[in-house]
Amino acid sequence: MNAGATPNDRELVDFVYREARLLDEQRFEDWLALFADDGWYWMPLAPGQTDARLHASLMHEDKLLLQVRIERLRGARTYSQQPASRSHHLLQAPTVESRDEAEGVYTTRCAFHYVETRRDEQQLHAGWATHTLVATPAGLRIRLKRVDLVNCDAAFGNLQLFM
Amino acid sequence: MPRTSRYRDHPEAIAALVRETEVHRDCYTDPEVFALEMEHLFANTWVYVGHASQVPQPGDAYATTVGDQPVLMVRQADGSLRVLHNRCAHKGVQLVPEGPAHVGNILRCPYHAWTYRTDGSLLATPLREGYANPAFPQSEAKRGLAPVGALRVYRDFVFCRLNPEGVSFEDFFGDSLSTLDNMVDRSPEGQLEVAGGVFRYLHRCNWKMLVDNQTDTCHPMVAHQSSAGTAVRVWQAAPPGTPKPMAVELFAPFVNPYEFFEKMGIRVWENGHGHTGVADSLHAGYSPIPGYWDAMVAAYGEERASRILGEVRHNTVYFPNIMVKGPIQTLRLFKPLAADRTLVESWTFRLVGAPDLLLERTLMYNRLINAPTSVVGHDDLEVYERSQDGLRSRGADWVNLGRLYDPAERGQATAVTNGTNEWQMRNQMRAWVRYMTATMGGAAGPGAASAGAAPADVGSAEPGVPA
Repeated sequence: MNAGATPNDRELVDFVYREARLLDEQRFEDWLALFADDGWYWMPLAPGQTDARLHASLMHEDKLLLQVRIERLRGARTYSQQPASRSHHLLQAPTVESRDEAEGVYTTRCAFHYVETRRDEQQLHAGWATHTLVATPAGLRIRLKRVDLVNCDAAFGNLQLFM
Repeated sequence: MPRTSRYRDHPEAIAALVRETEVHRDCYTDPEVFALEMEHLFANTWVYVGHASQVPQPGDAYATTVGDQPVLMVRQADGSLRVLHNRCAHKGVQLVPEGPAHVGNILRCPYHAWTYRTDGSLLATPLREGYANPAFPQSEAKRGLAPVGALRVYRDFVFCRLNPEGVSFEDFFGDSLSTLDNMVDRSPEGQLEVAGGVFRYLHRCNWKMLVDNQTDTCHPMVAHQSSAGTAVRVWQAAPPGTPKPMAVELFAPFVNPYEFFEKMGIRVWENGHGHTGVADSLHAGYSPIPGYWDAMVAAYGEERASRILGEVRHNTVYFPNIMVKGPIQTLRLFKPLAADRTLVESWTFRLVGAPDLLLERTLMYNRLINAPTSVVGHDDLEVYERSQDGLRSRGADWVNLGRLYDPAERGQATAVTNGTNEWQMRNQMRAWVRYMTATMGGAAGPGAASAGAAPADVGSAEPGVPA
């Protein structure tokens, strides 16, 4: 049900930019608050993957698991984050892919380059982020953020932050 | 001026790297030791290649590595399997790139179109009159693709020994095969299929650190406090009455107290194999899966089904480089790339005839624990990499594996012991010496470090210094 105001395309696009910016500014609690209570973050392991249940994914996390990840990042005994990682998102202009005004559900897509760095090592990844956003009385919320890496089936070292 | 080789052709120097309760840092850091591992250890032992379900149809192939050797597993027209060296007999081109492929009836080289039957024999070369000379029948190339030294398919798990001569499959694995048996028996149809994709995780550390970690029960409550401990804490903050998520059920046992790990027990077998989780395990307390018990009883009867599912083995190390979890249907393969580089492949299996929810749990476990995006994996890789860095220190030479050491353990081929004993790690390194030196000749050759023998006399030889 559409319980919130109808966003225009500009508001949807701005939401996607802001979401990436919160990650790069490491405002993780604010970032998590952008997710709907039934929201998911999904990073498939295979190109074009359709099944998150009976096929492995790099990440397939509800808010509880995302909360674990965020709290862990700043834990006193989280040695893999001492020193901490930093990230940088470079987004191509997001496009609005679909608008379901009746349900208040909108999808956007944007290509990105993502850098994650820790100590002297820097990794560069590229892919596409697809946001399924839902209008709520409190504003837009993420029902699903799907991150498709162009090399999702490659061997990786540690990926510790969020693309 | 070239440095004199410290370990090549010096089996006594190799043997001296492993003391009763200590391992020299060169085992983890020295490129020459690594090269000798590839030539000897990974050639003398039975090494996991893949699972038969990866090549179901005739002409299906899977290209992988055994140690540093490129090999190809191929399903034959008669349904049997072969494992061949993946190298064209002509100029050495890898015939199939790493991963799955369908080659059909013949293997064809992409460079000069030499073709081979799927058994590796040479079928044809273009312009064949060019080889109608007296040298060709005598050449190595005429023999086609070399098979591995020996091959054994055990309940669809494919193992090979690169060397044609050596320990038999049965003698090498002995009773340890019971873990594979149990994982297969957990299928009501007695069959597994590789399913759900594979995680490939690069580690900047020596492969043996990963093997060592599989039976290291004194690290979870320390290293994984950050991940599993946080998961438990976040869960405890959930409103009362919220059903416990499967993810929390999988995470939580990692931060069980030391007493739990002590009591769960470790079993060691000969030749470096062993497992954690004899009396209890991290996998013992999972919720029942609807419909599964009934399917098992229908297949095996209540008594046998109960025995199969009552086996809670946690991590079984098959020396040298895999770990199997029967109750959660995963297999981790530690592929050595260099002294300080390892590719970890984490595979998952479907229990044929069992509810999908089991595969879903297996995949969730693998994702939460073994993926490059796993918070538990992040904890582990950090300490492995710090170990690799720390072992550069010349301030000390030895890694200590002395927890709960008992001199009497040398005489025991198999035993069950305290779950925090480092016996299994010592067991692995004793096997390491045995299969490193078995084909080197000299005083520390075959049998010098066998399980039942007295401790090798290593006091006189300094590591790295030929006696």
